[in-house]
Amino acid sequence: MSVSFTPAAVRARADPMLPGLAVVRGVKPEAYGVSTFSLALADPAEAAAYRFLPGQFNMLYLPGFGEVAISVSSDPFEPQLIGHTIRFAGSVTRGLARLQPGDALGLRGPYGSAWPLEQARGRDLVIVAGGIGLAPLRPVVLSVLRERAAYGRVLLLYGGRTPPDLLYTEEFERWQAAGIETHVTVDRASEDWRGQVGVVPQLFYRIRLDPRRTVVFTCGPEIMMRFVIYEALARRLPKEGVYLSMERNMKCAVGFCGHCQFGPTFLCRQGPVLNFAAIEPFFGREDF
Amino acid sequence: MAPSLPRVGARLTLAKSSLEQVFANLRAAGFTLIGPRLRDAALVLEEVTGLNDLPRGWRDQQAPGQYRVVPGQDSFYFDHLVGPHSWKQFLHPARLKLFGAAKNNGTWSFQSATAPPPRYAFIGVRACDLAAIARQDRVFLAGEFRDPHYAARRESLFLLAVNCGRAAPTCFCRSLQTGPRVTGGFDLALTELADVFVLEVGSEAGAEMLRETAWQPATALHASRAEEAVRQTESQIERELRTDDLPKLLYDNLEHPRWDEVARRCLACGNCTLVCPTCFCTTVEDASNLAGTRVERTRLWDSCFTLDFSHVHGGNSRPTLRARYRQWLTHKLASWKDQFGALGCVGCGRCITWCPVGIELTEEVKAIREKAA
Ligand SMILES: Cc1cc2nc3c(=O)[nH]c(=O)nc-3n(C[C@H](O)[C@H](O)[C@H](O)COP(=O)(O)OP(=O)(O)OC[C@H]3O[C@@H](n4cnc5c(N)ncnc54)[C@H](O)[C@@H]3O)c2cc1C
Ligand code: SF4
Ligand code: SF4
Repeated sequence: MSVSFTPAAVRARADPMLPGLAVVRGVKPEAYGVSTFSLALADPAEAAAYRFLPGQFNMLYLPGFGEVAISVSSDPFEPQLIGHTIRFAGSVTRGLARLQPGDALGLRGPYGSAWPLEQARGRDLVIVAGGIGLAPLRPVVLSVLRERAAYGRVLLLYGGRTPPDLLYTEEFERWQAAGIETHVTVDRASEDWRGQVGVVPQLFYRIRLDPRRTVVFTCGPEIMMRFVIYEALARRLPKEGVYLSMERNMKCAVGFCGHCQFGPTFLCRQGPVLNFAAIEPFFGREDF
Repeated sequence: MAPSLPRVGARLTLAKSSLEQVFANLRAAGFTLIGPRLRDAALVLEEVTGLNDLPRGWRDQQAPGQYRVVPGQDSFYFDHLVGPHSWKQFLHPARLKLFGAAKNNGTWSFQSATAPPPRYAFIGVRACDLAAIARQDRVFLAGEFRDPHYAARRESLFLLAVNCGRAAPTCFCRSLQTGPRVTGGFDLALTELADVFVLEVGSEAGAEMLRETAWQPATALHASRAEEAVRQTESQIERELRTDDLPKLLYDNLEHPRWDEVARRCLACGNCTLVCPTCFCTTVEDASNLAGTRVERTRLWDSCFTLDFSHVHGGNSRPTLRARYRQWLTHKLASWKDQFGALGCVGCGRCITWCPVGIELTEEVKAIREKAA
């Protein structure tokens, strides 16, 4: 019932639950309570073999704290430095927040499906993200920038709660200059904010889409994605042209723990990136 | 004494006392024997060393929310049916050390659990439970990733199966075509008659374990009495689960009022998922020393009836009991099929017997079908 994509080579391990060793190379605060950690695998052979596709994630393990699923937010063309933009939410992510350059942690992956960039080639691509949801889409932006001419119009619609919550803002200018039409909104503005105020789906009112040649990639809170899909379909985009990345509790990422089930879909395997048409019967259902 | 070992596929008769020699052969081959034992008023699965450990002369009485052990047929070792335990607790242990982490000079090292798993011989596996093992095989062995812990236990496993000589009112294996007859996937399968065992040899390993036992080719009479015993069991099974409209029926009725109704009775105790021989879900837990430099990571059984199961930071994807009961039932009877190519139910009836309020999966499906969308 769900779409899957060819995943990058998952590191072959006799024990798929056993993490590899990674070392923090850099920490960059992005917003209040969010930082990007650049990690390198300690084993030179593993580091050299590591590849990921935009949208895939790793399991990051801090012994004594636990393990969490975190998308790769860095450039897939430079897989030796693995970037993870982490929001410090609860017990494990707050433990990760304390990591400094040189510190060690566990990493296994990459796992899951990827954004189908090949489907966007030669067409228009609309990237719609809310809050931390831009993290798994940043590798899409960076991939597009490497081959900008291969795509038609590329738009980024992005929103956060308040201006200081927005991620990667210092890169927006470069993205815009390189041909990514960027629209940003916040729920609540500060006095010096001169951009849009309102929720992300409202940004659809500022753009024009050609439904026959547009693909939408979206990631953010589920309620936001619901309205994004609503706006996209209202503009006559086919359901098959909409992809979203979903989140559920996840303990193992290899299909054993059962936690990330979303109806017939294991989000760690067929997801997290899913085609809307494939999951429509289950999506937006209360408490599912 | 028979001059040689029987061939695979042969039907034999074996004096009941000869099973002792089979057990001895298994032990000599390095197996830890697990079989039914009477313990605290229930028939549980534990290590057995000899024939005397088996619950000879005892049987269970089962009904929705009810279980009792009562005297049964005196000469029968396998007069009972499935109990609160299932074989998954040996192949997929309720607590399992996954790996250890150690911090030295500021860096971590991770070390897989190295203890070699025991070689198990399961004694008295029912047809429904054989099917359940095959379904967990699909979860842990057949996907993109293999669980090495399950694989190690599974690969060295010896299976002595039993055809059921009676059925409980909770049994519905017939509807799922998983029983009561054992049809394959075993090393040895026995049917118990009052005086002898009729034995079917399922593998070379099974034949091997008959060394030095006084087996005989089954007489026509014994073979037909064994057939008749299973046929009779089959005719005793009254409980039914219609499966021809699954999974669609449940997918089409995700908002059926019955989910609210059953949620008012369900206690979310999770018993049904714990006794279910196919439920595989787990969580993980770290235990560390005070300095936080030695950590052991353990995998534990989990249940979709707990709130933690569906916790996501800042919320929960299944906050209501209605949503959690729906997850259980639709997983067993619908999405399992999409995920693993077969339903997640084998008709053993444990979830019905061990539900403290006697909720019957079969009745829930019926109620949904009666007023289906
Ligand atoms: C495929 C995927 C990609 C993700 N990518 C990112 C990312 O790039 N950046 C980021 O900041 N966050 C990301 N998340 C969310 C991140 O996994 C959670 O914020 C994190 O697990 C919270 O853990 P905690 O222990 O800090 O919070 P707590 O609330 O203390 O959670 C306890 C445990 O519940 C589980 N859990 C809680 N929330 C989630 C959740 N949302 N998803 C899965 N498991 C959860 C975890 O096992 C966690 O350890 C992603 C989640 C998924 C499923
Ligand atoms: S019914 Fe619940 S506990 Fe059992 S396998 Fe399915 S999700 Fe896991
Ligand atoms: S055993 Fe019964 S009461 Fe307990 S969770 Fe299952 S259905 Fe609910």
